Amino acid sequence: MRFSGLRILKEGLTGNKGWTPHWRDPDPKEEYDIVIIGGGGHGLATAYYLARDHGLTNIAVLERGYIGGGNVGRNTTIVRANYNMPGNSEFYSHSLRLWEGLEDDLNYNVMHSQRGVINLFHSDGQRDYAARRANSMIQQGDDAILLDREGVREKVPYLDFDNARFPIYGGLYHPRGGTARHDAVAWGFARGADQRGVDLLQNCEVTGIDIENGQVRGVQTSRGAIRAKKVGIVVAGRSGQVAAMAGMRLPIESHILQAFVTEGLKPCIDQVVTFGMGHFYISQSDKGGLVFGGDLDFYASYASRGNLPMAEHVMEAGMALMPMIGKARVLRSWGGIMDMSPDGSPIIDRTPVDGLFLNCGWCYGGFKAVPGSGSVFAHLMATGRYHDAATRFRLDRFRDGYGLMDEEGTGSQHNLH
Amino acid sequence: MRITCPICGARDRREFYYQGAALTRPGPDDGAQAWDDYVHLRDNPAGITRELWQHEAGCAAWIVVTRDTVTHAVHGAELATDLAGEVQS
Repeated sequence: MRFSGLRILKEGLTGNKGWTPHWRDPDPKEEYDIVIIGGGGHGLATAYYLARDHGLTNIAVLERGYIGGGNVGRNTTIVRANYNMPGNSEFYSHSLRLWEGLEDDLNYNVMHSQRGVINLFHSDGQRDYAARRANSMIQQGDDAILLDREGVREKVPYLDFDNARFPIYGGLYHPRGGTARHDAVAWGFARGADQRGVDLLQNCEVTGIDIENGQVRGVQTSRGAIRAKKVGIVVAGRSGQVAAMAGMRLPIESHILQAFVTEGLKPCIDQVVTFGMGHFYISQSDKGGLVFGGDLDFYASYASRGNLPMAEHVMEAGMALMPMIGKARVLRSWGGIMDMSPDGSPIIDRTPVDGLFLNCGWCYGGFKAVPGSGSVFAHLMATGRYHDAATRFRLDRFRDGYGLMDEEGTGSQHNLH
Repeated sequence: MRITCPICGARDRREFYYQGAALTRPGPDDGAQAWDDYVHLRDNPAGITRELWQHEAGCAAWIVVTRDTVTHAVHGAELATDLAGEVQS
């Protein structure tokens, strides 16, 4: 089924009886060429690009729950390519270019909205860093504009520009950044992969990874054993448990990250605004809810919910930045399980087991990476070579310290990101 | 989440600094692999775990907290100095 304006018109006039399910619900086959563990955004995108770019279609995506039920369906939906360091810079640039063609490519409305991202700064030193980062972005081929105080005021007049502790000096504006509808991204990739013959197996929990003589042979699941020539682990916060099935310990600690949504309001926040000094960022969804979040709770957790101290801190930071949001009522909050790596950057690599590949360490920034991650991981799994946009996400970089990508400059240690 | 400091009693999580998994520190000559294990690699358990925290805004003691990462229940805490040799930061 192909979506189009004409189709919507036709269905609207004929009682909407012609719509069909977005994807099949197949039974597992005994064997696949490639099994992807994890039916989140990254896993679905990997399967999609394996099929689209490499002609591989004998693929299964195994999802413990349901498609779109994990972090891809619960995040703050920001899409951007404003990284500074080599390694990250070219990767997120690659991902943003894929985003820009995604809706046509998938024939699916993911509501990608390039409404712009503004990172605020509050001192001369921060302005210098913003200028440096802007130059890195421009060198990478992306867009960046350094706004002065009045430039920021023109775009977001409702901020408290004269906050006693963090007066606003200006902002790094990234016009091509923005947001997308998170659920639709999962559904679009799932549908695209399914249409190319990929089996999406839901309610299919992996309970073991079969390895013989250092070579992966398949997986044990709650729906039976499945043989596979290659297996990719793309399970975000659960990376530690799944990797343990292959006898591996990872440089990953799972933490909790909270986010909040208010009641629906009339349009008032046009861009994504980030207030790094308060660990606060905000945008407004198309339904009207203000979507905002802050920093990690900073302790290991799989609880899928946070504690009050960080909720309070986020609200306080929001009030400091834009006092008007005090009138909005918070509708709901949630906590996502983040696969934190020591340097805050991801891992996309082979493992010591032949045929077993790993994609994890997305920390609190996995959503914008979905198309890029799928594309480069598919390239690695299909060809055995690193994609040009992802040569530095090495698993072994922590051991020798070579190639660490510590974007925040805080150090390469678990409790620092 | 409240953590029971062995010296001060049950206190708000805000008074504590989180260091991470309570692990046995390798010797200086144990080699790169042992140090990589200690600094970077984690069991990252979903369930009961032992962690180093510091009662930063209280008595400043380093404590080993036994905690459930799935429920946030805190099952106990011991002074790290009482466990010297077993776990260290």
